[in-house]
Amino acid sequence: MAGSPRARRMLGKSLRYLLLTVLAIVVIFPLYMTVVNSLLRPSQIAARPPTFFPTNPQWSSYSSAWNAGHMSRYLLNSAIQTLIITVGQLVTAILAAYAFAFLEFPLKRTLFLVFLSTLMVPFEVTIVTNLATINDLGWYNSYQGLAVPFLATGFGAFLLRQAFLQVPRDLQDAASLDGYGHWKFMTRVAVPLARPAVAALGVFAFLGAWNQYLWPLLVTKDEKYRTVQIGLKQLRATSIDQVNVTFAGVIIAALPLVILLLLFQKQLVRGLTAGAVKG
Amino acid sequence: MTYSGDSGTLGALADLGEADQVEGEIPRRRGRRFGRRRMREMGFAYLLLIPSLFIFGVFVFYPFFRNFYLGFYKTPPFPGLPTRYVGFDQYRDVLSSQDFIDSLKTTVGFALLTVPAGIALGLGLAVLAHQQLKGIGIYRTIFSSTIATSVAVASVIFGTLFNPVVGLLPWLGINPQPPILENPDLALIGVAIITIWQTLGLTFILMSSGLQSIPEEMDEAARVDGAGPWRRFWRVTLPLLSPTIFFAVVVGSIFAFQTFGQIDILTQGGPLKRTNVLTYFVYTTLRQDNNDGKAAVLAVALFSITFVLTLIQMRVLERRVHYGR
Repeated sequence: MAGSPRARRMLGKSLRYLLLTVLAIVVIFPLYMTVVNSLLRPSQIAARPPTFFPTNPQWSSYSSAWNAGHMSRYLLNSAIQTLIITVGQLVTAILAAYAFAFLEFPLKRTLFLVFLSTLMVPFEVTIVTNLATINDLGWYNSYQGLAVPFLATGFGAFLLRQAFLQVPRDLQDAASLDGYGHWKFMTRVAVPLARPAVAALGVFAFLGAWNQYLWPLLVTKDEKYRTVQIGLKQLRATSIDQVNVTFAGVIIAALPLVILLLLFQKQLVRGLTAGAVKG
Repeated sequence: MTYSGDSGTLGALADLGEADQVEGEIPRRRGRRFGRRRMREMGFAYLLLIPSLFIFGVFVFYPFFRNFYLGFYKTPPFPGLPTRYVGFDQYRDVLSSQDFIDSLKTTVGFALLTVPAGIALGLGLAVLAHQQLKGIGIYRTIFSSTIATSVAVASVIFGTLFNPVVGLLPWLGINPQPPILENPDLALIGVAIITIWQTLGLTFILMSSGLQSIPEEMDEAARVDGAGPWRRFWRVTLPLLSPTIFFAVVVGSIFAFQTFGQIDILTQGGPLKRTNVLTYFVYTTLRQDNNDGKAAVLAVALFSITFVLTLIQMRVLERRVHYGR
């Protein structure tokens, strides 16, 4: 019977699945079409009605993007910049957070405020002078120019300090009885115990660095140091009659993040929601 | 998630105070030796802070304060000529110029186009995906998938989908003349759609975590009281989610004022400067006009707006600390 509670529940469930599926298709559609178009010939992409399934995939667009489109070089540059920034931020944030969590020193409160105040200055506000500084240092179009301004993080120091404060005091006392100095305590006890926060900061820093756009555009001039985000713009501009190559470039540019997110989904959610949601 | 900012920024300062007190309670040991140890601890602490402080000093504070100074000097029309001190005149001229006012209006308009719609969509998807259904994990993954895209990736994808020749939008019957991204009335909306899609994954994740932190019993109690799903959403879920939503509104607005990549790739501020958002205006003033003085004034304006937004955010975080748990 259509009116029975069981039938109504079934209907409600089907409707929910239908709604979810329609929305999922809408959200994923642009990405799906990017994959499809990267495997078509340009003439097929422009044909109407459009092709929604590549029956005869053309993989050559990927090698074109990789070689002629310089995507291999752009990826390498992005990887180097991102690696330097991520490792650098982890190191400086661990050191600073350790001082704020475990040590006593004059001006502690003031210096912590100084760290927090950096969160109030968006990077966009500093570009006028930073560009001049990088030029003066002779770092225009170099990895140093791409990475050095981002080697410290107020957010990261704050996040790790909160994690370090959770380290039980007894452990500190026990460690000091065992003759652990600060250095040993930091590397053997504090950092391992704060691993979830360290991982969250790592993923957060990686994502931020990889997605940078304005700064790499300002301080690089050719493919030798240009990062993948700027490379995409270049690829789009140079091959307007090779849309398939542009689409292949998009996939190549997005793939590292897709892999990273599949591996570190939990850490990322933690990093992104820190400060927003109390748990 | 013990460290997840349940105390917020100001709460952290309160913690600092507590830490000081705890430290004070430890019985002091023999004067001299203790003093030397304290000195050693102090030196070590500063050593740990120096790397961060050095980077902040050179790349955050120095350029930040130098903006105010640069704003007092007019950049010469040709490089090599001396700059000229004009005091606050440059601030007045730039901030009252039509270009700046238009740019500000465009940026605010962009925020109004992207933030409310983006949050509504992210929240809607999060609520839909927040139920016990077989295979819901797949839907959650799809809804958060756009987090894997960067601004550049999203811009290039949509730039092509919107393209009148190879794009799909014209085929669907949406074919305005001139095309969306070259149309003075539509370009900003087009860029906004791209931005909403690109940030949807992030908003979805944020809203989902917010929903998960709402205790099950609250919803259950309302259900027992006979409240339907619609009523439960408005009376229970939404109020409890309001801190998360507020956070998303403030951060979304700050993001809107930093919008750059979409504009650089798709519209270059045009057509007719209709997409000339503030950060893009700073960039062209600096890079194309080589006008450091004017760019510095614009940067100060950009900072002031972000600063107000951040203050509002801290205010709310502070309130949450006091009434939290």
